[in-house]
Amino acid sequence: MSLRALLENRLMAAIAVAAIVVILPYFFPSAYYYRIGALVFIFALAVVGLNLLMGFAGQVSLGHAGFLGIGAYSVAIGPVHFGMPSWLCLFAGAILSGAVAFAVGRPILKLKGHYLAVATLGFGLLVAIVLTNEAILTGGPDGMSVPGLALFGWRARGSDTWYWIAGVTLVGGFVLALNLMESSTGRALQAIHDSEIAARVLGIDVARKKLTVFIISAMYASVAGSYLALFNGHITPDAAGFLRSIELVAMVVLGGMGSIFGSLVGAAVLVVLPQALTIFHEYEQALLGLIVMGFMIFLRQGIVPSLAAALAGWRKC
Amino acid sequence: MLILEADRLSIAFGGVRAIDEVSISIASGQVFSIIGPNGSGKTTLFNLISGIYLPNDGSIRLAGETVTGLAPDRLARRGLSRTFQNLQIFSRMSVLENVMVGRHRHERTGILADLLHAPTVSRQNLATREAARAALARVGLANDGDRSAGSLAYGALKRLEIARALASEPIVLLLDEPAAGCNPVETQEIDRVIRSIVKDGITVVLVEHDMRLVMNISDRIHVLASGRTLTEGTPEQVRSDPAVVQVYLGVHGSQEAARAFD
Repeated sequence: MSLRALLENRLMAAIAVAAIVVILPYFFPSAYYYRIGALVFIFALAVVGLNLLMGFAGQVSLGHAGFLGIGAYSVAIGPVHFGMPSWLCLFAGAILSGAVAFAVGRPILKLKGHYLAVATLGFGLLVAIVLTNEAILTGGPDGMSVPGLALFGWRARGSDTWYWIAGVTLVGGFVLALNLMESSTGRALQAIHDSEIAARVLGIDVARKKLTVFIISAMYASVAGSYLALFNGHITPDAAGFLRSIELVAMVVLGGMGSIFGSLVGAAVLVVLPQALTIFHEYEQALLGLIVMGFMIFLRQGIVPSLAAALAGWRKC
Repeated sequence: MLILEADRLSIAFGGVRAIDEVSISIASGQVFSIIGPNGSGKTTLFNLISGIYLPNDGSIRLAGETVTGLAPDRLARRGLSRTFQNLQIFSRMSVLENVMVGRHRHERTGILADLLHAPTVSRQNLATREAARAALARVGLANDGDRSAGSLAYGALKRLEIARALASEPIVLLLDEPAAGCNPVETQEIDRVIRSIVKDGITVVLVEHDMRLVMNISDRIHVLASGRTLTEGTPEQVRSDPAVVQVYLGVHGSQEAARAFD
């Protein structure tokens, strides 16, 4: 079986990700690495969703952190102000994000070109401003603390617990995304990416398909946002900020647009690198930029697709 | 029975009347060709019929129902499919996957079933793949299904587009210059494919510059010149119409031609 076929096989891919989640802790020198692992998985979840939108349907969202913010503040505001259980707020947040994506996307996705990018940019900023200004509800720019996740008396506490919660959810997110790609909807989305006009004359309702995948990707981001808030126990409007949105887009591009595996790799690189580079102190940001640029120059298709292509070519020789 | 009718279709682009009161009626099971010099509005007429452009005036009926102003995807779901003069291939997908997209209007699973990979999705994928393979075999690409679409030769891509449109099981198929840029062997292959399509009762509307192909295969030919109907008739009638010769060769050219034949 070729590497490409292997990467695209749903069962193999799910098993591979599950194996990564299970095996990784054996190499952790300290408990701190569980924290990094959990963060990687949480961001990877949001990136998988965004990759469905960007890599498969070919639409760019520059405000995806807005949905991250909605998810995060749902599990903060719900329990603190309304006494709702956290797990219920997590689902409510995802549904709210989906509804907001529907409202934002419906008028825009009928248009062609980069209107979605511009509109989502505005949407992301709007969410961040609302979260900053509605201080009574959100605590303003200082943010608010988030009560921990509790299920039937069991409380999710500690980095290792969250490592497993995020890991299991990520495997689930992978499976759903891979399922989608191997279905009528998935084929339609990829078709739209390559030629909207050809997709339309084959009976595909382009605007509706784009809206569907936009809603799905928003819900992925929302769940990731809820996890982030529950894990950290504290949340600030920065979670929904413009930089976060750009970071998510960078993770998609770095890992590889259209590569579900790339989502995990892209998230891992951009979460782990800043941690590793802290030893360089003030040069950290500059080095980070340099490395990302290097990746994009030498692995233009993104890390996973480029390496897969290189390996396939090398095998043929 | 008339399967496709256009009644006094008109469209103008910034004052230029690209199509000016053109009417066509196409009987079921025919090969109906639209010819004319460059810029006479053939592709524009195709774009009007397939819903890509909205006509300023006039109406279109498909299988007896008025479909004027319907979006391309709605028309496709009513059985009108088309190919493109400049190829519109899904180049990131495999050859087979391209044709599988053509089955979209026959696929029924909802988004939840797709996400959860319900048993219906597996069954549907299987059926879609089978139908796509059959469509590929019809255009002679049975062995190329697993190749990346971008790696096919030009003539094969032309046939791939036809297979993709065929997979949607259209009642009317619009082919926009299927033989353009093809060598004689490839053109012959297209000829064979079109004949087999018609044999299945699919009505073919053809825009084509290759006159040998057009004259060989058409039941009726509609001639456009500067966005207007010049004439319509059987290949013999059109071939011997002095007005047709004139628009193709110009007044001077047609005099030369007449002298040459004397």
